[in-house]
Amino acid sequence: MNIVALIILAIFTLAAALAAATLPKLMHAALSFAVAFVGVAAFYFLLGAEFVGLVQVFVYVGAVAVLVVFTILLTRTDAQKDRGFNWSGVLVAIAVFVGLLWAIFKTQSLAINLPKAEPLTVARIGELLMTSYVWPLQCVGVLLTAALIGALILVMEEKR
Amino acid sequence: MTSTLSILLVVSAALFCTGLLAALSRRHAIFILIGIEMMLAAANLNFIAFWRFGPQSAQPIGVMVAIFAIAIAAAEAAVGLAMVIAVYRHYRTTNVDELDQLKG
Repeated sequence: MNIVALIILAIFTLAAALAAATLPKLMHAALSFAVAFVGVAAFYFLLGAEFVGLVQVFVYVGAVAVLVVFTILLTRTDAQKDRGFNWSGVLVAIAVFVGLLWAIFKTQSLAINLPKAEPLTVARIGELLMTSYVWPLQCVGVLLTAALIGALILVMEEKR
Repeated sequence: MTSTLSILLVVSAALFCTGLLAALSRRHAIFILIGIEMMLAAANLNFIAFWRFGPQSAQPIGVMVAIFAIAIAAAEAAVGLAMVIAVYRHYRTTNVDELDQLKG
């Protein structure tokens, strides 16, 4: 794996994520959220999980980002700006990051070389989803149906 | 001795903390949801990284967990955004600090 590509990708993804977390204009932040998730999908491609990368692009950039933009447009307030910023959240986030960094750099067993792996094909994933993972797959299907119906009921107009 | 896996874990930790920052310090409900989605994506990145660098087993468990996590995160986003719209209809605001009716 090319380490330079990895670092460039990391800077790109984290810059977009930081923009999504801090930009005051809602629409700009929502679009940088989509860019950040394209970056995460590129990480999946780089790591050899192409199917997960594709699912990430379809679900997040294709569906969730559009849903977020629609919600922003539907809940348009007079000021399209996010007023106020809680600085104690910044402190908590930095503290958690420092703690995680300490844990990562303290762990010795992470210094391993990339093992040789046969590529994971979509046919193999489909076969697994239909054999060993058929029970979780059905559960996720039920969950998605329930979430769809629940979301529809939540936004339905109340009868007066 | 920075290995590729450490770099990936640091990126994932930074993404998680960016999500935490968005979820904790934004006042707008939609951005709290976006922060939660970012934290879930960071967890998925860890799953994929450990799957790739771990011993190759017969089943790609890390990939499977990531796929199911993406599906569940999508369901969560749909319900969460529907709740934002429902709350906006009642209170005419999406600022979570103003939704304090249950406060004692």
